[in-house]
Amino acid sequence: MSTDTSLLMRSHQENWLPVLELSIEEVFEIMIGQRVKPAPKTEELPPGGFTAMVGIAGALCGILTIACSKKTAREIAKCMLGPEIGDSEDQVSDALGEVCNMIAGNFKNKLSTASQSCMLSVPTVITGEEYSYRSLADGEVLDTVMLFGEAPLAVCLQLHS
Amino acid sequence: MKAIGRWLEACDAAGKPHPVRNMANIRALIVDDSSVMRKIVERSLRQAGVELDKVVEAGNGAEALAALGKEPVDLILCDINMPVMDGLEFVKQLATVENAKGVPVVMITTEGSENHVVQALSAGAKGYIRKPFTPEQVKEHVLPVVGRK
Repeated sequence: MSTDTSLLMRSHQENWLPVLELSIEEVFEIMIGQRVKPAPKTEELPPGGFTAMVGIAGALCGILTIACSKKTAREIAKCMLGPEIGDSEDQVSDALGEVCNMIAGNFKNKLSTASQSCMLSVPTVITGEEYSYRSLADGEVLDTVMLFGEAPLAVCLQLHS
Repeated sequence: MKAIGRWLEACDAAGKPHPVRNMANIRALIVDDSSVMRKIVERSLRQAGVELDKVVEAGNGAEALAALGKEPVDLILCDINMPVMDGLEFVKQLATVENAKGVPVVMITTEGSENHVVQALSAGAKGYIRKPFTPEQVKEHVLPVVGRK
């Protein structure tokens, strides 16, 4: 599946970061009932935790990731499902994966051309204390840190040229 | 959903009564690969005023077809992007399931393109809700079709 070069040009020419941040804010407000806001650039992520990722293929190719601490991921899941989630790590992973999926979908739906010709993958979630991951996407990178209460969430969209 | 709105308007224009909308004792099938999302959809249905008698869950289209083979339902809410069998294929195959004839299907998905909406409605879906969604949107899209069979 080839990447639409006009969309990649647009990602360079237009500032898509506010669109991504709006997509994140809407998902949190509508589905989680919590407001998030962009954090100061100095905000650092705690080590370890959860990273959810969703692949985008079609006119736009890349990967969207959302990373946060275990405590924050559990809090997000609790907001979505209620306190009954208990200690279920599966449900926490499922919740964060679905949040990532909705952010990716909401973002591409805001880019009318991409919406028509992009598909999303099923989410993948990595958990652990010490891990790293690397995307082979080599194009534009949009990254932001949002605050969920006081807790940072790192959201990154890496595009493939 | 505009298409449903037009359909209801057409019923009005033709002087046809709307089919009975019985929102009590509904047996719903919720199809989504995320168990979290299945719970949220169920909660949203209840918030929308649908009195659920039973909720059957399935993680993909194939599981949903198997579940329908065992027991009938009154309403199906279905995601599109799922492993094994996606939501569009599931809706197409519903026509072959005796228990599912005439059961309204509402898609609930992150796929928001016109292409997906057209494909889903052409395949037989009666409604289309984009994630993220509010309980009000569920109410708006589900209530017009629930109880129609």
